[in-house]
Amino acid sequence: MIFKVFKKQELARLHELLAVNIVVGPVVKGKDRNGKPLYDFDVVYDFNELALDYTQTVHSPKRFVLPYHETLSTFAVSRDGWEKHVDLNVYRPLVFFGMHACDINALNKLDLVLAQSTYPNPYYMGKRKNLFIIGIDCNPEPQCFCRSMGTDSAIHGFDLFLTDLGDGYFAEILSATAFDLLNQISCKDPSAKDLALYKQATNGKNKHYTAKVETSDLTKILDLEFESPAWDAWGEKCLSCGTCANVCPTCYCYGVEEHVDLDLTHASKTKSLHSCNLIDFAKVAGGHNFRPTSASRLKYRYYHKHRGFVEAFEESLCVGCGRCGAACLADITPPEVIASVRGKE
Amino acid sequence: MSEPLSYLGVALARPKVGFFELSSCEGCQLQLLNNEATLLDFLNLVEIVNFREGMSERGDNYDIAFVEGSVTRKDEITRLTEIRKNAKILVALGSCACFGGVNQLKNRFRDLDWVKKEVYGDFPIETMEVHPLADFVQVDLSIFGCPIKKEEVERIVTDLVVGKTVRHPEYPVCMECKANENICLFELGEPCLGPVTRAGCDAWCTSNRRGCWGCRGPAEGANLKQLEKIMHTYGFDREIILDRLECFGGFASFTQTAPTQDKKSPARRKKS
Ligand code: SF4
Ligand code: SF4
Ligand code: SF4
Ligand code: SF4
Ligand code: SF4
Repeated sequence: MIFKVFKKQELARLHELLAVNIVVGPVVKGKDRNGKPLYDFDVVYDFNELALDYTQTVHSPKRFVLPYHETLSTFAVSRDGWEKHVDLNVYRPLVFFGMHACDINALNKLDLVLAQSTYPNPYYMGKRKNLFIIGIDCNPEPQCFCRSMGTDSAIHGFDLFLTDLGDGYFAEILSATAFDLLNQISCKDPSAKDLALYKQATNGKNKHYTAKVETSDLTKILDLEFESPAWDAWGEKCLSCGTCANVCPTCYCYGVEEHVDLDLTHASKTKSLHSCNLIDFAKVAGGHNFRPTSASRLKYRYYHKHRGFVEAFEESLCVGCGRCGAACLADITPPEVIASVRGKE
Repeated sequence: MSEPLSYLGVALARPKVGFFELSSCEGCQLQLLNNEATLLDFLNLVEIVNFREGMSERGDNYDIAFVEGSVTRKDEITRLTEIRKNAKILVALGSCACFGGVNQLKNRFRDLDWVKKEVYGDFPIETMEVHPLADFVQVDLSIFGCPIKKEEVERIVTDLVVGKTVRHPEYPVCMECKANENICLFELGEPCLGPVTRAGCDAWCTSNRRGCWGCRGPAEGANLKQLEKIMHTYGFDREIILDRLECFGGFASFTQTAPTQDKKSPARRKKS
């Protein structure tokens, strides 16, 4: 790994060099009812729009690799057949300017299923391969439990990772592209003082984690607690609204719909992200719903993330960003749900 | 126009359709005429035999009847029964037809005569309390919304013509709202019925920063109990919830059982 440091004003130059591509980064979207700024990822045209000291975005970066709705193919239909057109919907390389460790890890987890499996998903791959990611350090919010999930630092899956040292940035370089890029701005090797500042930043951050999920033996406990009354209690609150899956950086379930155009000469196949919490998620042909209660659906979301995925990949499908709990109007949060199933310590 | 319809070489029947309105603002029918870009394709797909809003000829020979509006006069029951007899498929078009719509707000008042006097003054019209179509005839298909979304009607009509099953989302508006990456209105300090209202409008209002009023009626398994708690947490009183739930009539089965003590005015009409 190669480390460099550079002065803060160099960052604008870095942005300028990258701005020939589409740049996406955290921006302020408004204020909540208590006056706190609300952040989200969006296309950024001006360096000054970037809010790099953001706490956490309401939505995850997911939509840039897994859009909520995506046309998979279109068909020109004629009397004697049809012609299929496939577009992977990749336009230009995308630069992510300022992604936290949890979201970088979330993309790495999506890769396990969508890029490294037997049948990689070309729509995902096309977008994922064309990402240039600049990571940035963060300050844990009250809902963050990434540390419990082992996703508080990003080891791979980015090009450049920046840590704020006050006057400048400490840069971790992971790709040749990033190395070439840094050669075009003024930077130097870290001094002993920079290293001390870097360690101070990392150690300081560790004190701020408040939320926690106990993951020891969690797959087994979940196995044993399939009938736990805790699920019914959470199910009673759940609105089956799908907000948790929509804001989650790792939820990837989807449905596909075919649509015939009004003129009967064109048709299309569209994929839409779904959520296992939705009442129609487990409805099959003939109308049977094999998860008719909100409790069984909510439980399934936790089993997928914290049991099934762990058994398949030896890691959880949750990065502990806490977005689902923060966005849930019924106040259903992973730390509380899992604690209730685990019982008292 | 008269060329036979076909899809993938399979001949399709061009259904004869009629549009009818009972008590309504005719906004749903207007929505259909709104999109000039697709209007000709729409007209090619069906044979319209009755559409007062768009043509002057009338016919009673139709396969599909789209009925807009609610029933609020005795003669409308007769007309509706007649339409039902003629149609193979009867479609309730819009929230008035599905739930009574905005019209059914008058059912909230105990004294209907007082309502009539307020509205019509000295020129009273013979009306009764407002009903959705399904109170009198069998409805085969509902198209929700106040107004309906033209794209949705076009999709449904295409599905009917090519023989696909017509399907509505059963989940609530929040799903579409979040897929549009909106900041939740509760977070911004505004109330919203999105968590309990059936989706399908692509979160029309909330994507324009207006809270949902529930015009498409309840989502399947809507969790009203939790909505009440949420409204309470975010500081909205029962009156605000009830005003919204009662607006289009879709939540009648919930609001009629809701306790009424803290409802001040107008006097809520109890089922006697
Ligand atoms: S979840 Fe962890 S990595 Fe993500 S913002 Fe919170 S503290 Fe940072
Ligand atoms: S857990 Fe919360 S966000 Fe998720 S479906 Fe249930 S109510 Fe909606
Ligand atoms: S389940 Fe919740 S905490 Fe875990 S990654 Fe998804 S949104 Fe974040
Ligand atoms: S604004 Fe309304 S529809 Fe959107 S997420 Fe919030 S409650 Fe749901
Ligand atoms: S957001 Fe609510 S009120 Fe607005 S169109 Fe959709 S269902 Fe109707």
